Amino acid sequence: MPDFLLEIGCEEIPARMIDAASLELRERIQKLLERERLAAATVSAFDTPRRLAILVGGILPAQADVMEQVNGPSVAVAYKGDQPTPAAHAFAKKAGVDVSRLEKVTTPKGEYLSAKVTKKGRAASEILSELLPKEINSIYWPKNMYWREPSEKFVRPVRWLVAMLDREVVPLEFDGVRAGNQSRGHRLLSDVTVQIPAAGESYVSALRAAKVLGRAEREQQIRKGLDAATRTIPGARWREDKSLLDTVVNLTEWPSVILGGFDREFLELPEEVLVTVMRDHQKYFAVEDANGKLLPHFLAVLNTDGGPQGIIRHGHERVLRARFNDARFFWQTDQKHPLRDRTAWLKHVTFQKDLGSYYDKTLRVQRLASWLCEIVRHTGMAVRPGVVHKAAYLAKTDLTTELVKEFTELQGIVGGLYAGVQVLDEDMADGARQLIAQTIYDQYKPESMEDSVPRAVEGAVLSIADKADTIAGMFALGMQPTGSKDPFALRRQANGIVKTIAEHKLPVTLSELVTSALQSYANSEAEKKFKKPLEWWWDVLKLERASDRTWADSAKAAPGSESQMSPLTFLRERLQFFLRDALGYKYDLVNAVLGAGADDVVDALARAEAVKGVFEMPEFQAIAAACKRMRNILKQAAEKRFYVAGKFEYLAEAAEEEKMLAAYMERTNLRVEEHRRKKEYKDALLLLSTAREHVDRFFDKVMVMVEDEHLRANRLALLQTLLREFSTIADFSEIVTEGKA
Amino acid sequence: MLDSRQRPVTPTNSNSPSFQELILRLQTFWAERGCVLQQPYDVEVGAGTMAPETFLRVLGPQPYKVAYVQPSRRPADGRYGENPNRLYKHMQLQVILKPPPENVQELYLESLGAIGIDLRQHDIKFEEDNWEAPTLSAWGVGWQVMLDGLEVTQFTYFQQCGGIDLDPISAELTYGLERIAAFLQDVESIYDIAWARDPKTGKATTYGDVRLADEVQFSVYNFEVADVEKTWKHFELCEAECKALLDRYSALVKDKQTGDGVAKDRKRFPLLSAYDLCLKCSHLFNLLDARGAISVTERVGVIARVRALAVGIARAHVDQQGDGAAAFEEEDKPARKKKLEVVPTIS
Repeated sequence: MPDFLLEIGCEEIPARMIDAASLELRERIQKLLERERLAAATVSAFDTPRRLAILVGGILPAQADVMEQVNGPSVAVAYKGDQPTPAAHAFAKKAGVDVSRLEKVTTPKGEYLSAKVTKKGRAASEILSELLPKEINSIYWPKNMYWREPSEKFVRPVRWLVAMLDREVVPLEFDGVRAGNQSRGHRLLSDVTVQIPAAGESYVSALRAAKVLGRAEREQQIRKGLDAATRTIPGARWREDKSLLDTVVNLTEWPSVILGGFDREFLELPEEVLVTVMRDHQKYFAVEDANGKLLPHFLAVLNTDGGPQGIIRHGHERVLRARFNDARFFWQTDQKHPLRDRTAWLKHVTFQKDLGSYYDKTLRVQRLASWLCEIVRHTGMAVRPGVVHKAAYLAKTDLTTELVKEFTELQGIVGGLYAGVQVLDEDMADGARQLIAQTIYDQYKPESMEDSVPRAVEGAVLSIADKADTIAGMFALGMQPTGSKDPFALRRQANGIVKTIAEHKLPVTLSELVTSALQSYANSEAEKKFKKPLEWWWDVLKLERASDRTWADSAKAAPGSESQMSPLTFLRERLQFFLRDALGYKYDLVNAVLGAGADDVVDALARAEAVKGVFEMPEFQAIAAACKRMRNILKQAAEKRFYVAGKFEYLAEAAEEEKMLAAYMERTNLRVEEHRRKKEYKDALLLLSTAREHVDRFFDKVMVMVEDEHLRANRLALLQTLLREFSTIADFSEIVTEGKA
Repeated sequence: MLDSRQRPVTPTNSNSPSFQELILRLQTFWAERGCVLQQPYDVEVGAGTMAPETFLRVLGPQPYKVAYVQPSRRPADGRYGENPNRLYKHMQLQVILKPPPENVQELYLESLGAIGIDLRQHDIKFEEDNWEAPTLSAWGVGWQVMLDGLEVTQFTYFQQCGGIDLDPISAELTYGLERIAAFLQDVESIYDIAWARDPKTGKATTYGDVRLADEVQFSVYNFEVADVEKTWKHFELCEAECKALLDRYSALVKDKQTGDGVAKDRKRFPLLSAYDLCLKCSHLFNLLDARGAISVTERVGVIARVRALAVGIARAHVDQQGDGAAAFEEEDKPARKKKLEVVPTIS
């Protein structure tokens, strides 16, 4: 069976887009082959900045023929007596069979003529040239362009196409480019065109000869190059940086690595600044000694052979020196005005058009952070409110510094570094100053789910207050994220809040946090811009606080209904995401846990851990199944408007099993409650699990929905109580169980 | 003053082209490839893109190829001649290829060869860099071209200009001349670049000799001396005059629609003068901004005022060039892409 090759030759594709596009193209082609019954043994991708290629191994040369039953005119029309009418002849001709071979089939509409028709399978080449252009055109690009017709869009101009079945060119066309068997090699190191002899491995070897390597090989070559160059400095190692590595892998076709150096005196600048210049602006790897201390060297990844004469190294060193000089100049300039002078300057820096300046934000965050400190302190945790207060006051001042204007990604970090070397208050102890500096430094953490949370509780408090202020304000303006649009990165910030509360085990509930954050806008200019008055929000929050269950249901029912979402629901959804995606709990477990309460992050985590410990046990699988059954029965009862008694009564005519169950639960429940109060959730759950036997027996022997209204209402009351008691730690009816339900 | 400017210039690579040779070679290269060589535009602009040879020429269907040096003024970037890498006024060599030929990247790389860069000895990367100028309601996608880690050129495929989708599109190549010269001559400071070398003695006249005084004096003017009130007045006068012209053009077009036949008046209408006024507004805004005379709240509004002029002129220009259809009448045609609200500098 032949191999197939598709190569889209393109001007340099942005590094950040290559991996996703390559994966998408591979999946598209895989699906296309399945859909078109051309099933192939292997489908693999080969991509570089200048090409997306797909190699298909062992494709069917053509679709298999298929036999189809085709129905024609009704028998009444097709025959006059025994004689076929023209209608029958016409159908036979169209179906390609003799009239005598026509069959009769009975359908709900009556008797019809029918024929077996062989549908000839189409050639792979024909299918591919027809359908591939559409697939290429459908690749998603975060930003695309046109260069010929405004309707033709791709990430950058497509300059050549290779499409081959073994040695044959597949005639396809995309955006005015016809496919052939001519590829192109490395821009500078090879001839302009590269003849591809055939689809398959020879494509890869032809490109290798033209100094073009696939992704995995490039990565390996870069790693090897980094290692080799670093080995020339005794005791040194290069700083692992996955995203930088991915970037340089996708900026090169034939990578090599050079080692460069810079003047030792630049090491006086903070490492954060040096690394940012090297990594973000120059895409260099940093080099450190065995203790992790930065060395005056860098590693640059080239898209060419190593430049043995040192010309290239000299160039890179020159550029870096200029950049470092700039950074040093900014650092020195900034010291002329210490941070404490700059808070007032924030009046002239807009935070958000309707939410006011960064000065306004500073005052709000200061209040919110102080409130959080009180909550934290109330439960006996140690926190220094004075430190938080001062840090919040200075937190945004670095936005006015030259260094942050130049290196925006260093916001917060620069403030922390400056606070660490400046006088903040005349009589402040050094310890307090260092903690303030650290609190400012950590204020934007965590920047992703992988990033660490602020180191100290003071940093955690400031980080949460800052983020909650932004989220509350933006939601109140009606600017919540929708779909893939989240220009203010509110999701990331909400994830950060949840993660920080969880890791610092802070005793603050999400509803309190949202309420306080909204409250801090009261009587401000910003409040006048809110879509709904604060009173409206208080009503919404009251409803949401009262109904964790409803939240779980509505979040499930309408994942896209973000248009009216409240900041509380938003944070709860992030908690769900955190439990599921960051901590890896199964989704049904998460729904079960949050169904019993999604306000207290730390508590939800404890319950999730407890449930995880028990829910594989057969007892719990059984109880989960029973809970689901109870919920269904209660739902049916509600639909039929059946009366449910307020409380279970030990009626004379009640079955033995239901009395046993009720009595058992009454006895156990007090102890369960005791465990629950002490947050010994696992013990509580284990105790609940002992009810299994009684529950099973109840469902085996007792019918709930009986005719007798009195008996039925009493049984429903028992179920309602049971379900409530089982659901205090987790809503077990959410657990997906195997077997009978 | 930096020490580096006081010591005699001794470029390590004396074969490297002087600043003026660099310009000559690039101009020759592009002239040989069919470009019209224009001269720098004589109204202050923040970037070569703003010169009418780019802003207006990329509109409409007419193919065009042009190359020109454009001194670009950015008042806020001034450093009193004290920073070796930053200038109030820097030079760009701007090339517009409309429509871009299929081998436009290869042509560009060839041009580097023409100025003495042996590409096999260097590392070249095309790194994503998209361009957007909200004041011109213009954007494009492209790359910054990195030569041994130095950004030497902005390479952009224009997609929209003055809020109008372009058809055909243009490729814009913007060479950063000072950077390239410093790289070729291997000097640390822009001011040490040999601008010219005496053919007889070989003695260099440096960039500092030629330009240092402007850097110092304009930094003083832009940051310290410019009269804020008068500059505002100047801005408002230019804006009013520009608007008045646009209104008159509008009225003219309406006349045509009622059948009064003023096609000739339309063709000779001074839209180019209106554009000069718009450029002046843009520069005066930058000057006020550098002077610290524009508050954050005002900023967005003033930018929007300049953009309104630029977009108005772009529409009118398309109308004037064509048969008077399409762009001009569709006043509220939504832009293809939403623009950012705030932009730091008009450039």
